[in-house]
Amino acid sequence: MRIVLLIFLGSVGQWITAIAQDSVRVIDNVTVRSKIRYHETITPQTLKGEDLEKVNAHTVADALRFMSGVQLKDYGGIGGLKTVNLRSLGSQHVGIYYDGIELGNAQNGVIDLGQFSLDNIEEVSVYQGQRSAIMQTASDFANAGSVYIKTTSHLGKRSKSERGNKATKCHYLKTKIQSGSSNLLRLSALFESNINKNLLLSANAECLSTNGKYAFRYRRRNHDGSIAYDTTATRQNGDVQALRVEVNLYGNIVNGHWQAKAYTYHSSRGIPGAIVNNVWRRGERQSDDNTFVQGTWQKDVNPIYTLRAMAKYANYRTHYLNKDTTQMMVDNTYRQQEVYLSLVNVFEIAPWWSVSLSDDMRWNYLDADMPLFVHPTRWSILSSLATAMDLNKVQLQGSIVFSQYLDKTQSGLQKQSINSWTPALFASYRPFDYVQLSGFIKKSYRMPTFNDLYYTNIGNAFLRPESAIQYDLGVRVFGKAKLGFNGNEALTGSLEAHIYHNSVHDKIVAYPKGQQFRWTMLNLGRVHIDGIDVQAQESWRVMKNLRLSSRLQYTYQRARDVTDKTTSYYGDQIPYTPWHSGSATLMADYKAWDLAYNFVYTGERYCQQENILYNHVEPWYTSDIHLSWRHTFDRTICKATLEVNNLFDQQYDVIINYPMPGRNFNVTIQCEF
Amino acid sequence: MLWLLPLCLFSCREDEYVTYMTDEDTGVPSVEETHFDGLYILNEGNMGSNRCTLDYLDLSGTDSTIHYYRNIYAERNPSTVKELGDVGNDIGIYGSKLWIVVNCSNKVEVCEARSTRRLGQVNIDNCRYLAFDGGFAYVSSYAGPVQVAENCPLGRVYKVDTLTMQKVDSVVVGYQPEEMAIVDGKLYVANSGGYRVPLYDNRIMVIDLATFQVIKEIEVDVNLHRLLADSHGQLWVTTRGNYFDVAPALYCLKDDKVVARLEVPISSMTIVGDSLYYIGTTFSYVDGGYKKDFGIVDVALQRCSVAVTFEAPEIKNITLPYGIIVNPHDRDFYILDAKNYVSSGELLHFDADGHFLWRVSTGDIPSRGVFLKSK
Repeated sequence: MRIVLLIFLGSVGQWITAIAQDSVRVIDNVTVRSKIRYHETITPQTLKGEDLEKVNAHTVADALRFMSGVQLKDYGGIGGLKTVNLRSLGSQHVGIYYDGIELGNAQNGVIDLGQFSLDNIEEVSVYQGQRSAIMQTASDFANAGSVYIKTTSHLGKRSKSERGNKATKCHYLKTKIQSGSSNLLRLSALFESNINKNLLLSANAECLSTNGKYAFRYRRRNHDGSIAYDTTATRQNGDVQALRVEVNLYGNIVNGHWQAKAYTYHSSRGIPGAIVNNVWRRGERQSDDNTFVQGTWQKDVNPIYTLRAMAKYANYRTHYLNKDTTQMMVDNTYRQQEVYLSLVNVFEIAPWWSVSLSDDMRWNYLDADMPLFVHPTRWSILSSLATAMDLNKVQLQGSIVFSQYLDKTQSGLQKQSINSWTPALFASYRPFDYVQLSGFIKKSYRMPTFNDLYYTNIGNAFLRPESAIQYDLGVRVFGKAKLGFNGNEALTGSLEAHIYHNSVHDKIVAYPKGQQFRWTMLNLGRVHIDGIDVQAQESWRVMKNLRLSSRLQYTYQRARDVTDKTTSYYGDQIPYTPWHSGSATLMADYKAWDLAYNFVYTGERYCQQENILYNHVEPWYTSDIHLSWRHTFDRTICKATLEVNNLFDQQYDVIINYPMPGRNFNVTIQCEF
Repeated sequence: MLWLLPLCLFSCREDEYVTYMTDEDTGVPSVEETHFDGLYILNEGNMGSNRCTLDYLDLSGTDSTIHYYRNIYAERNPSTVKELGDVGNDIGIYGSKLWIVVNCSNKVEVCEARSTRRLGQVNIDNCRYLAFDGGFAYVSSYAGPVQVAENCPLGRVYKVDTLTMQKVDSVVVGYQPEEMAIVDGKLYVANSGGYRVPLYDNRIMVIDLATFQVIKEIEVDVNLHRLLADSHGQLWVTTRGNYFDVAPALYCLKDDKVVARLEVPISSMTIVGDSLYYIGTTFSYVDGGYKKDFGIVDVALQRCSVAVTFEAPEIKNITLPYGIIVNPHDRDFYILDAKNYVSSGELLHFDADGHFLWRVSTGDIPSRGVFLKSK
């Protein structure tokens, strides 16, 4: 990795002025060594490029299965809700960033990662604590953990590999067709064009259709081993039709660059629902129309001062429909709007010292056609002050965020504004070239969502923010060795381990109100989390044409509910948090062939607060196979891929009563022009 | 491949077995004469969790101490796919059969009352409560015909032959019918209208059992729920209010007219002799707790009585009182604590004067019980 960086550095001068897209990439990847403001004190976990394909990942949720310290909730199938939770802090503490700007959902704080396709994604990174780079928005400093999704721009990448060669291509087109189990059909196209030296256009469209049907099986044995029941049925009402269109413009200005994005996603899906006794299909439906536009502009005003400005407008519409006359009929539309503005100021006081000052302003509005709805509006103003120091072997970073929230509702209720200070301190130390020690301490808040506060009859306007405190210590060792092939350093590898303690206070939990099906929200939880995350990867060039590599990650977690000593679940592991989980990926590349094997393991856990027999959930583990073959026809690079997921057809639920698919197949053909 | 070994060391997936009951020994010596062999406790289970379970308190006196058997259905009926179901709502014994209304599984489960072995099921969508009379079971259901220009179905009451376990008739009632009571050959049905928030229903429908037709509607108050008949031919009906500006209350009806109103919030009630035992909870946002009400109404005098004091510290410490069951002979009583809805509940036993005797853990959200008479 360092060698690659050095090569990059050597040629920075040469291609910093080359192609517009190039310089954008350069700034992101290469100037790491020269500008302290891009330093990341703690390296994140990242999956990028072909590795994303090799783990059979089609959505951001699929990719996150291979990150440590991540708990993914999956309600099954392509259309089932998928949410992420970092180190058991709760999914609402996680910020999901799409090309640098946070995706919001003020209504319920839930981002369905299954809706974010990886078709045009270059890189997915997970940051525990926060991204420890200083050049970032105040909201980046405010979350307890973040997932960064970065879209690809192929022409930029290609020109990098052809650097020095002036005959850089002007247009690029990639088309992809995928077909698989559950009548899955996915079509996508990515088009890029260098409009001129300083402007690059990238457009991407994808459509997806599936009937969502798959077989699932519930089987119970009597204690003598005989079968008590064994039922196979077909998952119903899991169909999805989705269309996504995204257009990006990347521009170059003197001493700076900008990016503009328009994103629109439309889907219609069935909500498969829980499988319970006597109920094997449900009729609820959901449609989403999510559109946002966002822009980033950055300029080095002078050698000391750099300014980045960002803006976003988002409009989300969600429609729930239940026409089943045997249940409560629902026909509700929710509309959310968000306006976001951010300014990031970085001052590079010395080559080893920089300071940043960021301000975020966010406005959210929620509209719904439900009776008694209060139409809440929220103003969030976040300011952060951060500093970073690079003292050769030691890197330090400190930040403090001041957050201010002001809610108003149509019913006239004006919630008292909530102000909070949240500090964070990150440090790393490199005693030897191949060893890095790191650690952080951080406090963060998550605001109650509109649903928590104002949902008719459920919301509780008196809620306080939920807070999280994190302590982390880590070590990273990387090495390389001459082994076998040709005397080059043919074996490279790294090992990283973190030990951490988190606590969540004033956790917002649903609490019964006394009558059937009636709940409210209370600041009633306290959780202590101790954990270990380990990741290792290795890559070995065995022969000229054969490379073997592997990735492994393992997470141990003890997440105890310490809310109330008088309850039967005091000290018990919180629901759906396995003590042990992990994954392994083994990859082999031979000439035009790629083969990968993925294994994902989630250990035993409990589906409710009490760790008793009746709540016990068995472990699950799946094996996936990925095989691809690449060939160049004339100037067109084609690739055919076969995937087999859940090879051993394990029947399991991630969330009880939401069965997951058994063995399934996908075939993909991709052509690049 | 070596990498994978440590993972499998933790544990591999095992076959899933039928959930067996657990035997909780209260350690309290058995009472010799209780008039009952046992008490079935129905646990609702949170919606979507498929965790409606059945517990059984052994009152037969065969063991030297009182035993409570938790989660007996699956063990006694191992071949029922996905066990008892989702959200148990009502339970009753009629003749030799035990009837269990499983609301979100859209069925009424029928078992042999002594063995709890499954005899069959009656499929009724969104079924709610039971009443029995003359060889028939009456089941209220939210699922009925949808009115034009009204995005909400009217409810129905189904008539089920208790011998054949077949539906024989049905009648359309008000919105989201709840409990029923029978007086003088007439079936009274309380309608809540809970799906029509904020336009709650406020009527009791009167059905003539001979013709099985609605013959009358009585307007009482919004969001009606519990409904019981006493031995004086009076009806006692609760309203849950609208959770906003209409308070919950208890009404007494005689000759189809409201004759009394008591401002008590009631979530569960039962009548023994002239005493209407009730419990109620009012949620408070101030401290996130509940104001808990326990009391007795003298149905003859139509006013609150102080026959029993509910002052035991164990009563005060109940998290969320959700049901009350009174032994009709000895008047010792049981209170069901639903805790936070998503963990084991508790059954607490008190003597007729309100002194605490013992407690055991139950399934999730214990709500109703039915005594099994001695042979």
